[in-house]
Amino acid sequence: MDEEYDVIVLGTGLKECILSGLLSVDGLKVLHMDRNDYYGGESTSLSLVQLWKRFRSNDKPPELLGSSREYNVDMIPKFMMANGTLVRVLIRTGVTKYLNFKAVDGSFVYNNGKIYKVPATDVEALKSTLMGLFEKRRARKFFIYVQDYEDDDPKSHEGLDLNKVTTRDVISKYGLEDNTVDFIGHALALHRDDSYLDEPAIYTVKRMKLYAESLARFQGGSPYIYPLYGLGELPQGFARLSAVYGGTYMLNKPECKVEFDTDGKAYGVTSEGETAKCKKVVCDPSYLPDKVKKVGRVARAICIMSHPIPNTNDSHSVQIILPQKQLGRRSDMYVFCCSYAHNVAPKGKYIAFVSTEAETDHPETELKPGIDLLGPVDETFFDIYDRYEPANHDEQDNCFISTSYDATTHFESTVQDVISMYKKITGKELDLSVDLSAASAAGEDA
Amino acid sequence: MATIGNNSINAKLVLLGDMGTGKSSLVLRFVKGQFLEFQESTIGAAFFSQTLAVSDATVKLEIWDTAGQERYHSLAPMYYRGAAAAIIVYDISRMESFERAKKWVQELQKQGNPSMVTSLVGNKCDLEDKREVLTEASEARTYAEDNGLFFMETSAKTAINVNDIFYEIARRLPRAQPAQQPAGMVIADRPAEISRASTCCS
Ligand SMILES: Nc1nc2c(ncn2[C@@H]2O[C@H](COP(=O)(O)OP(=O)(O)OP(=O)(O)O)[C@@H](O)[C@H]2O)c(=O)[nH]1
Ligand SMILES: [Mg+2]
Repeated sequence: MDEEYDVIVLGTGLKECILSGLLSVDGLKVLHMDRNDYYGGESTSLSLVQLWKRFRSNDKPPELLGSSREYNVDMIPKFMMANGTLVRVLIRTGVTKYLNFKAVDGSFVYNNGKIYKVPATDVEALKSTLMGLFEKRRARKFFIYVQDYEDDDPKSHEGLDLNKVTTRDVISKYGLEDNTVDFIGHALALHRDDSYLDEPAIYTVKRMKLYAESLARFQGGSPYIYPLYGLGELPQGFARLSAVYGGTYMLNKPECKVEFDTDGKAYGVTSEGETAKCKKVVCDPSYLPDKVKKVGRVARAICIMSHPIPNTNDSHSVQIILPQKQLGRRSDMYVFCCSYAHNVAPKGKYIAFVSTEAETDHPETELKPGIDLLGPVDETFFDIYDRYEPANHDEQDNCFISTSYDATTHFESTVQDVISMYKKITGKELDLSVDLSAASAAGEDA
Repeated sequence: MATIGNNSINAKLVLLGDMGTGKSSLVLRFVKGQFLEFQESTIGAAFFSQTLAVSDATVKLEIWDTAGQERYHSLAPMYYRGAAAAIIVYDISRMESFERAKKWVQELQKQGNPSMVTSLVGNKCDLEDKREVLTEASEARTYAEDNGLFFMETSAKTAINVNDIFYEIARRLPRAQPAQQPAGMVIADRPAEISRASTCCS
């Protein structure tokens, strides 16, 4: 421990592990510590016994649920967009070779009390029962515009400068109904609130294109993929990358106290009486509680079930987005479901999550619209956790703190945080140029 | 898991053992036929693949080296997930490394893949004059037999028995696996792959 490091990373959550890996690959000397004796921090995946210890204060899950070890229950469940930024990071770093993925079966949206497959192309728009006959045709025209839109082909812009025109204006040009706008904005473009309507339309168009291209990528029923054995594999994969490039790993290190000099600059980390020196500290909010501010709370329910979610064509894995307006809320609600098909539960078992930005202290009532979609459940756990954001100035204290994971069930916001932290830490842009069309999903049998 | 398709088997093999016992040296000797007197903890390569032909099959071993994560007992569980074979290495000139090897055996038994082919390897057998761990007489061999491991002494330096362990593992891998769930897909960056296809990365 008595060496000097370029960076000490505290906490082995996904964001910290990606950063640790990227920094080691850059040739920086990295020490990575965690107070827990397992990888993943808040974004770990738990066995059934661990789940019971955490939420039921005992270690005796009912035998009916099957073998504890066959469960990998994500604490921060999220799907990855097949062509999204996280996949670029995985390919760029080669971490893909440690992981196996499977496409996610379904992507649905909640509308007037029912759920519908999210239509993502002009063809799907015409088939969808989500819209009436005339609305379908309008939506189809809009989808064709988005599909054909290319930055560098002014002809495809149809006279609109999407960097200036707001999403609202573009949508009104196509005369779309509120319900349609709702699913496009929240289930396709994955916006978390309605502020996108007044922002340049380019952001929404780009996200819609990402969705459609990801959907086309693996011929699955959704644009999403998810690793076998759960998301807990991701931090471990990036930690291995970091270690392969010389990063030092220490788990089960109590305390991990960040040391500051008289100017308030971090210069090291102390654990078990030993101080390791460093130039920069990277950590999750729990390691520097005095340097973060609470910005919200996530309410969630974790449910174990013995059947797929009804009305999802028996999807063994599925995301359902419940747009805020549909529920009269200020933030969207997300349903995520995974099963033995992704090796996160024993044969025949499903794990569903319902999550949202908490607006009350009663997750049971608040999450009801999502839970009502699940049908009977074997077991439910309710939980609320606080979300933090850094409140420090890294140029003054050398501390780079990640933002807590939000309620979304996809990775788009998570990766953006990592990319901006990488830039702050290294002063350079993360190079994510990979040829996605060359990258392929090689099928492998067990 | 070992997987089969027309007499070809894919299997993940993991190396375990105390630091400095010669894990990376054994892989380097096997994959590249080299030995470095001052082998530095290999940076940037801890993943190799090597295809070997045994009498009834072609076996592609995907070999995982620990990347130093075991040093402070921080090896990630994903490391052994799905492994069809493990080589637990100790240094015959350090009793302590043999004690540590026994701990790894227990750890693997706990992870519980009963069909895993596990071998115990006493490396650096060229250092006979510094030997601390006896081959016979109730030590290594007996321990291995009691725990259902197959046992060999090797030297990455002189190459004694190095190929033999890997071939023996290839021979012992179960041929008929019960049908597994499909393992999903591996996302690969094709062009990059071709350029490094010789030793690294499936
Ligand atoms: N004499 C002798 N030296 C060996 C042999 N195998 C490895 N060494 C030496 O032992 C040292 C450690 O070997 P490594 O291959 O780096 O050991 P390791 O188990 O990979 O070590 P870590 O990666 O640090 O856990 C190096 O200096 C090697 O040259 C052997 O068979 N005989
Ligand atoms: Mg080594």
